[in-house]
Amino acid sequence: MPVLPVARYTAPAIALHWLLAVAILASMAVGAYMSELPGITPSKLRLYNWHKWAGITILALSLLRLAWRLSHKPPPLPQRIEFAMPRWQLAAYHATHGLMYLLFFAVPLMGWAYSSMAGFPVVWFGVLPLPDFVPVDKELAKLLKPVHGWMAYTLLALVVLHVAAALKHQFVDRDGLLARMRPGRG
Amino acid sequence: MIRTLSATLAALAAAALLVAAGPAAAQAKLVPAQSSIAFTSKQLGVPVDGEFKKFDAQVAFDPKNPAAGRLALTVDTASATLGVPEADAELPTPTWFSAARFPQASFQSSAIKALGGGRFEVAGKLTIKGTVRDLVVPVQLTQAGGQSTATGSFAIQRLAFKIGDGEWADTSMVANDVQVRFKLVLTGLAPL
Repeated sequence: MPVLPVARYTAPAIALHWLLAVAILASMAVGAYMSELPGITPSKLRLYNWHKWAGITILALSLLRLAWRLSHKPPPLPQRIEFAMPRWQLAAYHATHGLMYLLFFAVPLMGWAYSSMAGFPVVWFGVLPLPDFVPVDKELAKLLKPVHGWMAYTLLALVVLHVAAALKHQFVDRDGLLARMRPGRG
Repeated sequence: MIRTLSATLAALAAAALLVAAGPAAAQAKLVPAQSSIAFTSKQLGVPVDGEFKKFDAQVAFDPKNPAAGRLALTVDTASATLGVPEADAELPTPTWFSAARFPQASFQSSAIKALGGGRFEVAGKLTIKGTVRDLVVPVQLTQAGGQSTATGSFAIQRLAFKIGDGEWADTSMVANDVQVRFKLVLTGLAPL
């Protein structure tokens, strides 16, 4: 069956999708690695700060992405694909996207809150001091520290699901759905 | 002759007065629970607050005769804390305060000058980790309810005292300037 052309996302949406995919996965990898390092060394401190700067950048880009998404309707699922999908798959498709969007904001905000609570205000790229939106509370910080990690792993699980579904469409269903988000020209 | 005698008498009287006044000032007592010595360093631009939990002060000071005043401060370097267990474990090591070799940091005044309005300028020697540096500290003194409170702040350059040596000497990581803020609550100080 020839693969029919599908309506693509806009170029900014595609750019933000891939940029954030790389930034989020890299930030997760750094976060998982740095939190296992013992003691305090300059390289560990550097990683923690890079991670915070990346997190704030992801937060800002996610805001931009959300604004773009709300002002630019994403292309609808091609009818032949939508009709081929069972109801539960459609529900899972919307739920996964919704939850991922929620976590794009929740994970960095939680990290920022934790940092502030622990008494380390975030200074973006070592230059721009960001406000603390929660007061310093080291006891609460200790309790909330793992929550940031759990939320990040939840996001990672959703990403895995998202990628698995995309690969299924590409290699099992062979329905050409990935063309909607493939980088480059249509 | 009489002139000489009266001059001598006058000198004696003056000496007696000085003796009666006792030492320039009685020893004041530090109230540790209300006092604090805190510091702020910058790590990659992030201000990080710390403090010393244990310190003591010997103060013999009459605000009306500041030039005769003496102030000596000793700080237990092992009591430094950033409130982060991992960091606190590092602070007493040779890289930072080397608390085993240099258990105390100290400040010894050499000259105290009144600036008016309860403000004084205290010059002296600051010793940290075996390094001695001259330091001039502005101090604001306020009194209430029989207690005197001396507050002030000053900046030191940590590398002058080799605080944060070796791989931590990189000032792009931890800035050289460290702000120190103190609040010393004293009892037994003469009124301003």
